[in-house]
Amino acid sequence: MPKSSCLSWGDRLFRWACLGFSLLILGLVAGFAGELAWNSRLAFRAFGPSFLWTRTWDPVAEIFGALPFIYGTLVTSTIALCIAIPLGLGTAIFLAELAPARVSETVGFLVELLAAVPSVIYGLVGVFILVPVVRQTGLTPHGVCLLTAGIILAVMIVPFITTVSREVLLTVPRSQREAAMALGATHWETVWTAILPYARSGIAGSIFLALARALGETMAVTMVIGNRPEIASVFEPGYTMAALLANEFSEATSDLYLHSLIGIGLVLLGITVVVNGAARLMLYRLGHPAEVRR
Amino acid sequence: MSLALRHRVNWIALGMTGLCALATVSVLFFLLGYIAVNGIGALNWDFFTKLPKPVGETGGGMANAIVGTGKLLLLASLIGVPVGFFGGVYLAELGRGKLAFAVRYATDVLNGVPSIVVGIFAYVLVVLPMKSFSTLAGGVALGIMMIPIAVRSTEEFLRLVPASVREAAYALGVPQWKTLFFVVVPAAMRGLLTGVLLDLARVAGETAPLLFTALNNRVWSHGWLEPVSSLPVMIFTYAISPYDDWHRQAWAAALVLMILVLAVNVGARLFLPRRRGIA
Repeated sequence: MPKSSCLSWGDRLFRWACLGFSLLILGLVAGFAGELAWNSRLAFRAFGPSFLWTRTWDPVAEIFGALPFIYGTLVTSTIALCIAIPLGLGTAIFLAELAPARVSETVGFLVELLAAVPSVIYGLVGVFILVPVVRQTGLTPHGVCLLTAGIILAVMIVPFITTVSREVLLTVPRSQREAAMALGATHWETVWTAILPYARSGIAGSIFLALARALGETMAVTMVIGNRPEIASVFEPGYTMAALLANEFSEATSDLYLHSLIGIGLVLLGITVVVNGAARLMLYRLGHPAEVRR
Repeated sequence: MSLALRHRVNWIALGMTGLCALATVSVLFFLLGYIAVNGIGALNWDFFTKLPKPVGETGGGMANAIVGTGKLLLLASLIGVPVGFFGGVYLAELGRGKLAFAVRYATDVLNGVPSIVVGIFAYVLVVLPMKSFSTLAGGVALGIMMIPIAVRSTEEFLRLVPASVREAAYALGVPQWKTLFFVVVPAAMRGLLTGVLLDLARVAGETAPLLFTALNNRVWSHGWLEPVSSLPVMIFTYAISPYDDWHRQAWAAALVLMILVLAVNVGARLFLPRRRGIA
């Protein structure tokens, strides 16, 4: 590539435009953190770090603590992972190991479609189908609870685990498989002892990606979680950080209230960026940056 | 372990993976079937042509929400497509070393930012200074959401154009920017356009970033500085309302949105050469 000093004006402009827009993306990420931190300053000034572990959320008395929402977010995401990891990984193994190429392609595409369904539609189906079903099991009188939210989330994040894990499993070298087979391992033993360990960092990456998605998921959760800022069992209504923002943001009356909500947004941003950033690094390391569009 | 036992474990375990795949796919068909059944019964001509009726009256439609979604998507693509395109060109054609890594990483991190947080950002950026909810704010939020995917799909499809095509142009003395715009981009056009469509289909269903930027509106929204209604926000509002007629219309809106998303995704699948995963 020629040095920039001997470029025509057109090429110089072109390069500056590309560079400028790229820097804009970098600036955008920094801007997110900066704007949110600046606009939540009142909350952190008023409550200090104890904002993070205060259990009270009382807009009338203007006492704000993030703990019930952090609890709700972590619990629903954990439930979602407990369901989605076996389901998503099982599907990925089936697609990568057993299914013929055409079936694998088609089913892979159908699983991707699951990620393309808008969140609010998951919520709609959750409200009118899943909630009555959960109520009928008798586990909870409400139907709307942390468990229901976790189940919806699980369905929403399975595609992330399946798609990325399948890609990773398909890149495991033949020699690994052949070595295990040559020692007399059955097909499953080959998968379990040779292929999965080889692919573990990629699989972990896919799980972190899914976790980041679950932590920040808003609409579907808001519609089925019951929206009660309490720390209760999984069969009781709860609240997540994202759901709180969805419900109360446009009603925030005082500055402190608004700043507390934005502070919660900042916490949420921090957690998801760390989890997502870790996932990306794990996947980059494979030299095969597989990632999901949604 | 005896060989017979090992074989049994083998079949059970492999069978389980098959069941997992079956379960995952059936969830999709169950979802689609349920939306179709509930939506078709609720969909009628009024839905596309009428405004929402006041609370308590049945009937009415979502004409304003359909137009609103269109306006929001237009604004979003005005922001998301240029930034995404030039960012993608940078990564595919120019970027090397640490800066390119930083841009790629920032793009991926941006892709992972929860949509509700994007909404807060747009609120702070547009709604607070202008002191009103507006179409503009909603468009900014959706535009930011479009950027990461636009970058990645632009990069991916530009990379699919063989280096020899570029070299042929350079050998004729064509400058780099002309090579890009008149040789490489036309060759990658189909992929680039499909990428934009997929991106639009994705943000068309976003609700969270609109809740406190575009807000909602039960009548027509004039210009770009008034609150505006959109299909996803209408689905949310109607679904959590206590009225049966509103529930019916929420299903209708869900069906319309789902058809849009499905058409774009299936179309992209048919028109494009096989992509690498969903990446």
